[in-house]
Amino acid sequence: MIRMRIPVYLAAFTALLVLSITVRDADARVFDPETATLSNGMQVVVVSKRSAPVITHMVWYKVGAMDEPQGKSGLAHFFEHLMFKGTEKVPAGQFSEIVAKNGGQDNAFTSSDYTAYYQAIAADRLELVMKLESDRMRNLKLDPKEIETERQVILEERRSRTENRPGARLAEQADAAFFMNHPYGRPVIGWAHEIRDLTHDDIKGFYDRWYAPNNAVLVVVGDVDMADVLPLAEKYYGSLPVRDVPDPVAWREPPHQADGTVVLHDRDVTQPSWSKRYLAPSYLYGATEYAYPLQVLAEVLSGGSTSRLYSSLVVQDKVAASAGAWYSADSRGPATLGFYVSPAPGKSLDDAASAMEAKIADILSDGVTEDEVERAIVRLTDAAELAKDSFQGIARTLGAAVTIGRSAQDVEAWPDRIAAVTIDQVNEAMRHVLTDQGALVSKLLPAETSTQEGETTGKGKS
Amino acid sequence: MRRLSAYGLALVSVLFLWTAPAKAIDIQEVVSPGGIAAWLVEDETADLVSMDFLFRGGESLDPAGKEGLAELVSSVLDEGAGDLDSQAFQRILNDKSINISFGAGRDSFSGSFMTLNRYRDEAVRLLKLALTAPRFDEDAVERIRGQILINLKRRETSPNAKAGKALVKALYGDDPYGRPGGGTIDGVQAVTISDMRNFVTKTLTRDRLVVGVVGKITAEELRPMLDEVFGGLPEKGDVPVLPPVAASSEGGVIVIEQDVPQSVVAMAQPVEIDRHDPDYYAAYLVTHILGGGGFSSRLTEEVREKRGLAYSTYASLHDTKRSSLLMAGVSTRNDAVAESVEIIQREWAKIRDEGVTAEELENAKTYLTGSYPLRFTTTGQIAGALTGIQYYDLGIDYIDKRNGYLEAVTLDQANRVAKELFDPAALTIVVVGKPANLAATRPAPDIGG
Repeated sequence: MIRMRIPVYLAAFTALLVLSITVRDADARVFDPETATLSNGMQVVVVSKRSAPVITHMVWYKVGAMDEPQGKSGLAHFFEHLMFKGTEKVPAGQFSEIVAKNGGQDNAFTSSDYTAYYQAIAADRLELVMKLESDRMRNLKLDPKEIETERQVILEERRSRTENRPGARLAEQADAAFFMNHPYGRPVIGWAHEIRDLTHDDIKGFYDRWYAPNNAVLVVVGDVDMADVLPLAEKYYGSLPVRDVPDPVAWREPPHQADGTVVLHDRDVTQPSWSKRYLAPSYLYGATEYAYPLQVLAEVLSGGSTSRLYSSLVVQDKVAASAGAWYSADSRGPATLGFYVSPAPGKSLDDAASAMEAKIADILSDGVTEDEVERAIVRLTDAAELAKDSFQGIARTLGAAVTIGRSAQDVEAWPDRIAAVTIDQVNEAMRHVLTDQGALVSKLLPAETSTQEGETTGKGKS
Repeated sequence: MRRLSAYGLALVSVLFLWTAPAKAIDIQEVVSPGGIAAWLVEDETADLVSMDFLFRGGESLDPAGKEGLAELVSSVLDEGAGDLDSQAFQRILNDKSINISFGAGRDSFSGSFMTLNRYRDEAVRLLKLALTAPRFDEDAVERIRGQILINLKRRETSPNAKAGKALVKALYGDDPYGRPGGGTIDGVQAVTISDMRNFVTKTLTRDRLVVGVVGKITAEELRPMLDEVFGGLPEKGDVPVLPPVAASSEGGVIVIEQDVPQSVVAMAQPVEIDRHDPDYYAAYLVTHILGGGGFSSRLTEEVREKRGLAYSTYASLHDTKRSSLLMAGVSTRNDAVAESVEIIQREWAKIRDEGVTAEELENAKTYLTGSYPLRFTTTGQIAGALTGIQYYDLGIDYIDKRNGYLEAVTLDQANRVAKELFDPAALTIVVVGKPANLAATRPAPDIGG
């Protein structure tokens, strides 16, 4: 039995300090979160998980790569690196060192939609990490020398993640070709030439513009509850001044009317692969009512080895070595419903791609089955239960949801909303997304089979 | 901190993550009526059970010419068993969100199992079938074999994979540790279904079994479950135990040309130290100070923070029951390889000659002891740790004692051990890429591809 150690904080819970408090939902089903809002507008989400005497403490900012000015790709991620470069009170390099000396681990991540910083540490160090994290929300120093060194580190990170890997380079090109107007077409890490050109003013401007308590969400998961967290949150984060934060640009994607194909040949490719992506609604973009049905659809298509695509293309027809689909509703902007396939030994990429196209056509004409929908719903709702096992998983799920503009209650309601999805909704959502124009195909091919060059421009769908 | 996945001594990394005591963890030793022993930690946070188990003897025991046998078995065991063919078996797993997976390590064959309690009876039945009555239908075997071959081919052009393969080959030559983890293309192609059946009867035996269980389950409930899952396995298997092996201390630079913008560098030297050595924790601490995670190690400071030469660089102590290495790595642009390698060699010599400071030692101790509970945040992690501790014979009180071992290391001991262990001349350095200004001093070993 893992026993809990309950931290004792002297500060009493003070209702006056907060603008609003949502007490636990009586019929909460997933993580049972408590939520509050500090006097300066910073949102707080707390989940008690007493299975170990530790916490995950995260601060999420409602700014990501999509909010960078044109021509400044990589700025959000570059800035995330610089958040470790010191303040007046905590010199460069000391942040992580103090966390480590206290037995904690820290890191950060940037996506198109948000930027988040986190520490995993013993529960009795909560105040320490709040003190550190709130300090750099306002008091960061941006030393030009540190910026130059970190620029080189980031260019190395880009080489590791992208330039050394043909598949990653193709993915980057495919995103850029797919999104015609939305900044999701830019790589989060940035284009190398723009990373090189980012200036001190760009970086300082980004910090001043977006890093404010009223543009942030605090998430704490672990051996604490709201009564422990809130007084400290108010002390460290609540005392930071509210700042004017601009409304992010609500980028919209124009209708995708032309089909596209991007092809990357590289001598390091040993196994070709194919994908096809369609513009889709998310929780917050486009026909949002389809966000839940599309998750059920993706599970039907791609959930495990008895899913429709794997069982037919890989197991039965033996035309593919791998096959599946992807969809995530969790984004501020448009989502993507995508299909991927890679040929079985002895089969060509065209064989595999044609087989996948045929499956897509079948699903479109016949729809999914009642049985498929039922099974997918059971798996998805079971997954919500299994997700309770991980501190990081809980914090990330809730943090992402609240940061992009949904609520902790939306996360709690997820299993109910998934369970309410009907077969008609799944089929309707599918037909809404799988339109007959505007999809993008991408192909990763070895250098030697360069017979298919010339496909880099749009072509009709097969 | 990135590690070279190619050098897949999986058990070791589990233990490396296992660093400090949680007095709050209460391990029960459970023995079933049939004599199957397991360690159990009850945790009622979620209504589920995680189990981790391993059988001693892994891919190092693959016969020559059949490299990849253990890997293939691990990937096919859940592809049909008893009356259930692959799709029927997988369908129950999928519909009931049961996770059953197997893995082949250098010296062990492991399994992990996780299920919501409401599906536990069914999950147990399937796991038992997978272990005792796998079908190895030709259809499923060929499908999985094809997938493994695709991955192996992919590794032939991956700079990380190539660096790992060349390094272990240079260090261990013809010993099984010199083989690439996960098998070879020729080996995987040569494995027959009869080889796989043999593997199961010889290797998946009760005398080689170690089990850890975590979740909402009592000892009373676990006992019959252990008999149900493992009771049908043969009592003993006829499998050799490989003797210890020393890695080469020849050293030198190996360059494998590949036209990529960033070179991948992997290096290692042999060391004579194992888990039960009185100096083990001193070695662990000084290696952490040189290149461990958690805060700025010396390597990170010199290579990344001061000079911006890399996104990641590390050093670590890799120990198995057969052999131990001090390893390091860096990925850096081609024209910075020479400088990065030189810095690592210089730091290697410096920690040997000058040792570490009292402050560095103290910081390493507080990090490694204090971050201990972070290793217990999922049931699967804890179950994995329970099997790791048993595998290395560290004792059921290991969790309580672990921090004490680290605390007890003195500065004198740490510096004596650093002087004994670190030997820059014995570092075998493998570079995959197009390094400028760095010449090979010895030919590259044959790694196929």
